Amino acid sequence: MRNIWTIARRDFRAYFTSPIAYIIIAGFMGIMGWMFFWNLSQFNLQNLQHNQFNAGKMMSITDGIIRPVYGNMNVIFLFLVPFITMRLFAEERKQSTLQLLMTAPITLTEIIFGKFLSSFALVGVMLALTLIYPIVLFSAGNPDIGPIVGSYLGTLLLSSCYLSLGILFSSATENQIVAGALTFASGLFFWLINWASQAAGPVWSEVFNYLSLINHYNNFSQGLINSADVLFYLSFIGIGLFLTHRVLDSFRWR
Amino acid sequence: MIQVSHLTKIYGPRTAINDLNFEVKAGEIVGFLGPNGAGKSTTMKILTGLMPASSGTAKIAGFDVFENPIEVKRNVGFLPETPPLYLEMSVTDYLEFAAEIHGVERSQLKKAVSNALEKTALGDVRNRLIGNLSKGYRQRVGLAQALVHDPKVLILDEASVGLDPKQIIEIRQLIKGLGGEHTIILSSHILPEVTATCQRIIVINQGQIVATDTIEQLTRRINKGSTYLMTVQKPILAGIEAFRHLPGVKAVSIHEQRISIELSESTGELRPQLLEAAVKNGMGVLEFTSEKLSLEEIFLQLTTVETPSTSGTGV
Repeated sequence: MRNIWTIARRDFRAYFTSPIAYIIIAGFMGIMGWMFFWNLSQFNLQNLQHNQFNAGKMMSITDGIIRPVYGNMNVIFLFLVPFITMRLFAEERKQSTLQLLMTAPITLTEIIFGKFLSSFALVGVMLALTLIYPIVLFSAGNPDIGPIVGSYLGTLLLSSCYLSLGILFSSATENQIVAGALTFASGLFFWLINWASQAAGPVWSEVFNYLSLINHYNNFSQGLINSADVLFYLSFIGIGLFLTHRVLDSFRWR
Repeated sequence: MIQVSHLTKIYGPRTAINDLNFEVKAGEIVGFLGPNGAGKSTTMKILTGLMPASSGTAKIAGFDVFENPIEVKRNVGFLPETPPLYLEMSVTDYLEFAAEIHGVERSQLKKAVSNALEKTALGDVRNRLIGNLSKGYRQRVGLAQALVHDPKVLILDEASVGLDPKQIIEIRQLIKGLGGEHTIILSSHILPEVTATCQRIIVINQGQIVATDTIEQLTRRINKGSTYLMTVQKPILAGIEAFRHLPGVKAVSIHEQRISIELSESTGELRPQLLEAAVKNGMGVLEFTSEKLSLEEIFLQLTTVETPSTSGTGV
């Protein structure tokens, strides 16, 4: 446990000793801020129109702001997570610092969990910074708390799935660009896999729908925390990290 | 401290090391010598638990590297060919991290790091970023990393590669100073390095041990009978005949002014008699040296002579 913590701490600090963390956080906050502002003003405009001219329909804060903003946040994480994870193992391999970890009295599992934890913590920091939006909403209105909590939990789990994919690809290559590109491509693939369900037969469409990362998010955004969804995300993360373990272990046999 | 028996590593069709057997006692500094690609790094990787052997066993401090890798790793400090450095970290932070993952107690951390800094004379740069350090300093940081958790065994792969002569001397003295306290295996393809630091050398070639002995013993073993070289003003035949008749002289050959006198094995000191004969015959000795095989030549002999047992080994 202490070893996981040591690795996580070092990697987390490494994010902040290089420009990566600052660029990612600044980009993330810039885009999110703009999205929040845009949705908020659209929401105001629409409700104003409804109240004054009885045009359109009255929107709740959940449907007008929370769901679109946090839905978009998930897309942004799809883009940003590759930049967060691509260096984790690829750089260690390139700088041959992986040898330091592999010859230290720690297990591969501890290394992988440490790496995961460090990237998870960075995502956590990014999400924590967005807590300003619910604070704004609560100070000015009366939003449902359920969808907000659900969105945060769902986003955390969904981006952890990307993290686990990213860590897997980072371990498989020493080229960070390749690792990042594969992470993005596979993340997008698991996002859009349910599109194939329309063309597939009844059994396969079930399978594709089940595998789609975004399908499991929908419940969260409505404030429903379904154990089946949580379990799906946790298994997705677990499989990614397990495969990482296999990849790293295979180096020793080459 | 280290026991290696019948260690073999096969990469696909290529045999990297073949049936290695050796032992290193506690406190010894052993040089691991061989040309590039001889299997030095492979052996070290197996000893440090980076990769498993195809067959055979290796034990460090009583623990099998395959069965108890964690215990072995706790007792081993490893400096790979390229020092594993995080360039964005400061020297102190890096060493603290290395100490922590090697299981140094948190309360002992500061002490372990300052000890390592002191041993490797890195005090001046302790707060600098590793990325800003010169190659020599980086190498020393790598060495500090290997010994920060005070391991029983140090495994150093090409510790002085890429350093300038002054730094090489420094790092050799450092390694020499670490012997006794630590058991050290040092790999190198540079001979003076091994002569300067090690008590014993293991010569490896094409994945097999071709010799293991102290340096003096090795020299003696190869130097079966030695040769004297004499340069004279006048190579007078009578003098040469006198050389030939001295007991223990195997052959005398002459090339213009240079006479080479080959002695047979286990011949004692002959130089006074040879000189006396030369002077008596008025040859006018200009130079008189004994031609000994240097370690380089021994090394070359050991690693180029075709031994029958290597024929089965792939290249």
